This record gives sequence, structure tokens and C-alpha cells, in this order.
Amino acid sequence: MKIERNLEEHSLYLNMGPQHPSTHGVLRVILKLDGEYIEEAEPVLGYIHRMHEKMGENRTYAQYLPNMGRVDYLSALSYNQCYVGAVERLTGIAPPPRAEYIRVITTELNRLSSHLLWFGAYVLDLGGFTPFLYSFDDREHILDLLESITGSRLTYCYFRFGGVSKDITDDFITGTRAFIKRLRMHLPMYETLVTKNVIFINRVKEVGIITPEAARRYGVTGPALRGSGIKYDVRKNEPYSIYPEVDFDIPVQDGCDALSRYIVRMLEMEQSMRIIEQALDKLPEGPVMAPKVPKKVKPPKGDCYFAVETARGDFGIYIVSDGTETAYRIKLRTPGFSNLSIFAEISRGTLLQDAISTMGSLDLVIPEIDR
Amino acid sequence: MLLSKTKTAIESIFPLEIKEADYARVGYHLEVILDAEKVVSLAKVMMAQGFYLEDVTAIDLNPDMEVIYHYAHTEGCCRVTGRAYTPRHAPEVPTIAGIYSGANWHERETHDFFGITFKDHPYLVPLLLPEDADFHPLVKEDGKVKQLKDIKRAEVKEQAGAPAAGEGKPAPAGGEKGEKA
Repeated sequence: MKIERNLEEHSLYLNMGPQHPSTHGVLRVILKLDGEYIEEAEPVLGYIHRMHEKMGENRTYAQYLPNMGRVDYLSALSYNQCYVGAVERLTGIAPPPRAEYIRVITTELNRLSSHLLWFGAYVLDLGGFTPFLYSFDDREHILDLLESITGSRLTYCYFRFGGVSKDITDDFITGTRAFIKRLRMHLPMYETLVTKNVIFINRVKEVGIITPEAARRYGVTGPALRGSGIKYDVRKNEPYSIYPEVDFDIPVQDGCDALSRYIVRMLEMEQSMRIIEQALDKLPEGPVMAPKVPKKVKPPKGDCYFAVETARGDFGIYIVSDGTETAYRIKLRTPGFSNLSIFAEISRGTLLQDAISTMGSLDLVIPEIDR
Repeated sequence: MLLSKTKTAIESIFPLEIKEADYARVGYHLEVILDAEKVVSLAKVMMAQGFYLEDVTAIDLNPDMEVIYHYAHTEGCCRVTGRAYTPRHAPEVPTIAGIYSGANWHERETHDFFGITFKDHPYLVPLLLPEDADFHPLVKEDGKVKQLKDIKRAEVKEQAGAPAAGEGKPAPAGGEKGEKA
């Protein structure tokens, strides 16, 4: 870490990152400190910028699919879903019902794995090592399940225009049901171990206050917004896929602090499990790919916007087609970008140690912010 | 309800610029095509109506770049797309960072990628690109850049008096400028 000192101002300049363990990736935050208090914070982005949007302009629609698993590697399937959804809306390809169910089942499993990783890493940031080991143990089961059908453990590229690449197996269904049973047993343990732990509560309660008004000015979405008492979830507000057919709740907390955001995510895990169970019960028979999907997708001229709810919030893709095999413009609206932009404002005047709990509670995934 | 309320609010200020979009096909409900100077007034209307800013982005077109503002609402489902046009050789639009704080980063990103100057922006330095970057990656080469009519959806023929398929949408600001060139 590089420390610069300006003796005239009596301020301390501190670089948090790009190698700080609590930034989870390569984010750098320049902090101007007055003692232990943050006077000014400036996130510096771009350390893992790969220009995904340019890549979308020089390859065919199908060739761009693997990129989606690499924008946000922790909820890759939500990104898969958004991209295929956008192209399907543009071309009018309709996936069969079984494929839509499989998409939702696997995406929700992916959301669980993302939340479990966040849970472990967040508590680790705050100094608790053991929950990390438990949550990674649980997460491992999801990775095994998803590996058995998608072929990869992290950067999934499983959805196709008009369906999914491979049908799920009976082993996957039994495995998923067994996993849900296991996680239901483990969640109360997490609650006693962490949620009710007084040391943890002192680190997160009334820390990193995001008022609903500030959240709107910055375009904060996802659990970070629902922790500020606003019930907004793309799955309910703008239903896509089979979400209207399953029954689930949107957990909301109105504390506006890191603890509220933590609780929202913990409650969301139960809702994801409910969605998976219902989808498995209702899973229709049939093909998993629409018939006659052209090998080279060539959408008509025009533009289209498609949004999904990822583990971190509202992710939208805006595609502009000029009628060729390659998109004229692909814009990725990632939730983490907007969620991080509020950090400078909410960390002003707080303690340095609170910056860690604030940043962790936003659930940042840097590759998704830098794109 | 939300849609009609929003429509009325935008219509009272931009009666000519607003048009309804086919949500099932394009994913947004309303489209507002503006002159570049008016993006701030649109942002003020959207703020008053309780919208949040999804993103600010652009498309490189000849002769005018298109700057796009996506707005969405947290109560219900209503998406509004604002479009402004600015000359490609010297792109400039006013900033809306004074109204939507989140626009600060979105505009810096658009400046990185397209070289668009956001007038009165508080801190217009590279965000995602290196601080000494002297290129704008999403600006297309001269041979590859297209015109507005090349990317606009063909109008549905059933509409009375609709232009023939393939023709550009008659836009109050951009369309006319596009035809002049």
C-alpha cells in the first residue's frame, strides 16, 4: 500500500487496493483521512476492464455468448439469461417451456452460490473465519450440481438462443432436492453463528446508510436497494421467463444500513429455494430447444432492452441491430457499477473500519463493474 | 396507471418529442427524442416522477451520434428511453450529473468510449480507460459507421400512413438532421 502524507493539510492519503483483500478483485479506493475518519473517498476503476462492449461489436451473436459468463463470474447464469432473453426478444425466437423452467432452476441455484460466497467473504472481511469454511462447503455442492449439467464450475455458458444446451438429468433433480434440504438445515446455524453474533452486529448496524432518496439518485438496485425499504425486484416488477408462475416473496428491510442488506440476502436464499422447489415440481416434459433456430442468428434492424435480476441487482442489456450477424452496439448495464458509485457519498465522515463493512455489504464483483 | 401518468407528465413539456413504443418488442414503453440541450429538462421531469437512471450510453452514427438515457421506475413497470443527437465530429451534450448523481460515472464512461463531452460535468476524467488514453474504443472506423436509418426498426405496415419498411423513423431532431446530410 502506498501512503502519501500532506503535512500542511494534516490529512492522510491512503490507497485501499487494488490488492486489498476486502476489495475482492482489483478495486482501488483513494481515501483522504482525518485520523480514523474518511474525509473523501474516490474509487478508481478500470484495473480489470476488458471492453466487453467492443467485443460484442466484432463477433456474431452466438460467439458473444461465452463473454456473458465472464462479466460477472459469480452469477454467470443470470447474465446468460439476460443476453439470450434480449436476442430472443429481438428475433422472436420462443424457447420451449421446459427450457424456461431449467433456466430458472439453474439461475436460482447460481444466485444461491453467489449469496453463499458473499456471505462467507463478507464475514471473513469483518474478521470471522469459520462461516467462510461452512458456506464454501455448501457452495461446493451447487458447483458440483451445475458442473454435472453445464460442464463448467464458474463461467457457465449453458443457455442458447431458443433453449438450453443440454437437458437436466434425474441425478441433478435428486441432487438439487437433497441440497435444498441440507441448506435449510444449515441456514439456522448461520443465523446463530453470525446474524445473532453481537460482534458482527456492532460492525454492521447503522453502518453505510443508504437513504431511499440517495439510492434513487444513484440508481442503486438489488439487495442494496431492498435493504433501504424499497421493494423493487425485476423478477416481480417486470416479470420474465416463468417467474409469474411461481410463488415467492421479495424480502425488504428498512434499516438502510449494512445489516439490512445482509438480512435481505439471507432471506433471499430461502426464496430462491422456494422457487427451485416449485419449478422442479412443475417441470414440464418436452424438448429443451426451440425447433428451427438458425445457426447464424440474424435479428432484424432495430433495438431492444432486456433486464433481469441478478444476485446484485438490475442487469440490463441494450442491443442495437443493423440487420447483420453482428450487433451494431451492445450496452451492458451492470448493477455493481451504480451500486459502487454511491460509495463516495455514503462513506464520507465515517470510520475507516466502516468502509470495509460498507463495501462488503454492497456485494461488489469488480469484473462486472469494470466490464 | 404509472405509464399514463408518466406519459402525461412528459407530454406537458415535450408534446412533439414523445412517442409510445411497442414494449413487447423493444423492452421500453416510451421514447423521447430530444435536442441535445433538452436532456436536462427531461432528467428533471423523470426525477420528479420518481424514476431512477439506469444508464447513459451512446451509439456512434453518421453524421450525428445518438446519446441514450434509460430510465426505469421502482414502483411497477415503466421504462423510458431518452435520445439526443450531437454532431459526430464534436459531440457535446449537457451533463445531468447535477440531477442524477449516478450519471456522473455513466457520463465519464460514455466520454471514455465515445469522446462525448458532457458540458459542465464536475470531473470528466477517464474512468475505465487509463488516464493517458487518447483513443475512444467504441467510435467506429469511417467505413463502418452507419446512418440512423440503417439501425431503425422497420415500421409495422398496418399503421395508417406508416413509411415503407426499411425507412427511418421520422424523428423530430435526429431524423431530419440525418436526412440533410
